[in-house]
Amino acid sequence: MFAANGISKSFVGTHALKNVDIEIRPNEVVGLIGENGAGKSTLMRILAGTHRPDSGTLTLDGQPLRLRNARDAAGHGIGMVFQEQSLLLNMTVAENIYLGQEHQFTRFGILNWRAMNDASRRQLAKIGVDIDVTARASGLTFAARQMVELAKALTLEESVDRPLVILLDEPTSVLSASDIDVLFARVKSLKSRASFVFVSHRLEEVLRISDRVYTMKDGAVVAEHRSQDVTAPALHEIMVGRGLHTEHYKESKQSVPRSEVIVEASKLGVAGAFHDVSFKIHAGEIIGIAGVVGSGREEITRTIGGFLPQTEGALRIKDASVRFTSPEQAVRKSIGYIPRERRVEGLVMFLSVAENITLADLSCVMRGGAINYKEERKLAVDWIKKLRIKTPGPDAACRKLSGGNQQKVVLARWMTAGSQILILDHPTRGLDVGAKEEVYDLVRDLSAQGIAILLISDTLDETIGLSHRVLVMRDGEVTAEFDASRGNKPDQVELLREMV
Amino acid sequence: MKSILNMEPKTAMRSFWSRAGKARRWRAFAPLGVLIVLCILIAIANPNFIEPRNLIRVANSAAVPLTLAMGMTFIILLGSIDLSVEGAMSVAAMVLVLLATNDSNANNYGWLAVVAAIAASTVMGLASGFLQTTLRIPSFMATLGVWFIGLGFSVYMLGGSAVRLMDENIRALALSRFLGFPLAVWIALAAFAVAIVIQYHTRIGRHIMAIGGGEDVAELSGINLRRVRIIAFGLAGFFFGVAGVLAAAQLGQSNAVIADGRLFAAVTAVVVGGTALTGGEGGVLNTLVGVLIVTVLANGMILLGISPYIQQTVQGLMIIAAVALSLDRFNLKIVK
Repeated sequence: MFAANGISKSFVGTHALKNVDIEIRPNEVVGLIGENGAGKSTLMRILAGTHRPDSGTLTLDGQPLRLRNARDAAGHGIGMVFQEQSLLLNMTVAENIYLGQEHQFTRFGILNWRAMNDASRRQLAKIGVDIDVTARASGLTFAARQMVELAKALTLEESVDRPLVILLDEPTSVLSASDIDVLFARVKSLKSRASFVFVSHRLEEVLRISDRVYTMKDGAVVAEHRSQDVTAPALHEIMVGRGLHTEHYKESKQSVPRSEVIVEASKLGVAGAFHDVSFKIHAGEIIGIAGVVGSGREEITRTIGGFLPQTEGALRIKDASVRFTSPEQAVRKSIGYIPRERRVEGLVMFLSVAENITLADLSCVMRGGAINYKEERKLAVDWIKKLRIKTPGPDAACRKLSGGNQQKVVLARWMTAGSQILILDHPTRGLDVGAKEEVYDLVRDLSAQGIAILLISDTLDETIGLSHRVLVMRDGEVTAEFDASRGNKPDQVELLREMV
Repeated sequence: MKSILNMEPKTAMRSFWSRAGKARRWRAFAPLGVLIVLCILIAIANPNFIEPRNLIRVANSAAVPLTLAMGMTFIILLGSIDLSVEGAMSVAAMVLVLLATNDSNANNYGWLAVVAAIAASTVMGLASGFLQTTLRIPSFMATLGVWFIGLGFSVYMLGGSAVRLMDENIRALALSRFLGFPLAVWIALAAFAVAIVIQYHTRIGRHIMAIGGGEDVAELSGINLRRVRIIAFGLAGFFFGVAGVLAAAQLGQSNAVIADGRLFAAVTAVVVGGTALTGGEGGVLNTLVGVLIVTVLANGMILLGISPYIQQTVQGLMIIAAVALSLDRFNLKIVK
């Protein structure tokens, strides 16, 4: 039995795990669910040896276990199957399966290819798949890559004399329904020889494959169920936790949208992502899109943000028909995109607050063809006051600000650029509760000023709480639309029914 | 290579196609096509090109670049760059002439001088690897520094002038022949064979490819990144040292400019051969073709009586064209 007791882990500024206990019994599939940021991945990384806990212990068959890296974990029969990205695409299937373990095929420093290829075929035969082991991984489908990953984990069987523990991190997120069936069948047939931990946020799948399910929320395990004793909606309640207490989302400040239509999508579609999506966003209106990963909602925001041109249907921005082929064109049409990865896409971290604010539109501080630094500072100081940005000053580098304040700088930039449409892509990801509330306040203010807002968010709660209307998507289609005006918020369970 | 030959034809075909379609297949053979077309064109313009005497000359002038480029290939496969080529080569040449019989001091260590020269260059490579992994200095800066340290040191030791190499056995590397080709050519071919074995048949070769393909994945698979990087740079230093010895033997002396232009030649050969600067794609076979393209082109331009300055310009154009034609640059998000 593999167990973790009292595991805590914090990263700079956030506590990712708080006193987590879980155990994985022999021949068992354990499900692990939770929203993004609930701590699932951190826990998996600790179990796989790639992160070390700040406190708490791991035990294997009652013996304390210290894991310094992935190799240590592998030595104890703990293998991790990552999402599809963890194969090296420039190498063959066999090379990937035995990566880091080539020594068993090496004599006098020379690698025996034939033996390695044969061994790889045997590993793949264990899970009953027929993949050419000399093919490059880049030529494989996602489903095939997943199988290769599983085979890679199973190589541990030969070197470890206890049943394996295999950690599956969101293995289904890129698979089609029929591929998922195949994967699940393999897992079931391997159960007699190994235990599995299965991480996902698709509750139905977790219940289908697991014997027991742990639910995580805000870095803690909040519930443990036997799969046959619980239903998906019930788990979802627990996963989301907080009931709908409205003032968290500043509902009293929710204003009534104006009549002017700012964005109009009709039968909009992108091949392979979403299709027949129609909606309108009025001035001052917040439209939320709910849906699981892969439902197509991310792609919709990317289409309107100019990253992903539509292949069908029409998009109108303020009475002009558009088809953006670059984000620059979207910016020119006064669309501001607030990405989830602030550090990667949202801010230039080593530039100052002032420089980041004027990044999208320098013209307002240009005087005679040159940047007027005085004007730029003045503008920045204005925004710092208006948005209550906590910073040592306009010249401070953005990397020194906290997440919430960085988010405000991004908003200030788009306001400076005169944006009338904002796309909020997970605007509160990684922020603590206080910072979230400040962002909510700001969103309400912007909406009251007549800005049209398209929102996608980590939690259903937030989507419902902030929006005037919520579209629900599944498999690239809009399956339902809910009114979410003040005092008229729909219930999460109703939305969930349309999502999964 | 070998694995494809071992399979029955049907599987070989399947794996061939699964290597991602026609475009990539075409690209993989493009450098070889360029080499063949180049040879034909030059031979038509000046039939002297295919005379045995000239072909031996081509082989002889490819010897040093080929040896250098073997070392450079491993570094570029890692996704790094080694700028210390000229520094390492000049140190090797300096150590060689000062320890073997020469006209500046009384040393006479014979073949030990060769070993010492290659060892010195290997140590410089290991130092670059150490700087990069332990002090976390990017390979570009670490090897730029090592280049100038090596160059300055060797010019100082030579006293700013040329020192003649008078050991007959070592000179014989350039002067005596086997089956019509100078020994230097055979040594370069041996270096190539060693590089082939390292890349395709050893763990370190496999791990270099893995790091070039995705460092984080390689690390999660239990590969010791530090060790692999240090060994790879040491390996590069070894090849640069061999090249330094060959260059000194060919020139019959060592001086401040013995390695001039070698960095450009080595990088050009690797890139023209089709090894990706991002790492993980290509290899020493590609580099062999690349070296031949560069050398044949240079030889052809001499035969056609083209001005040396124009020759340089053509080489510059060639390296840009090679990168432009190679692979999925359009999938790269950011170009720095």
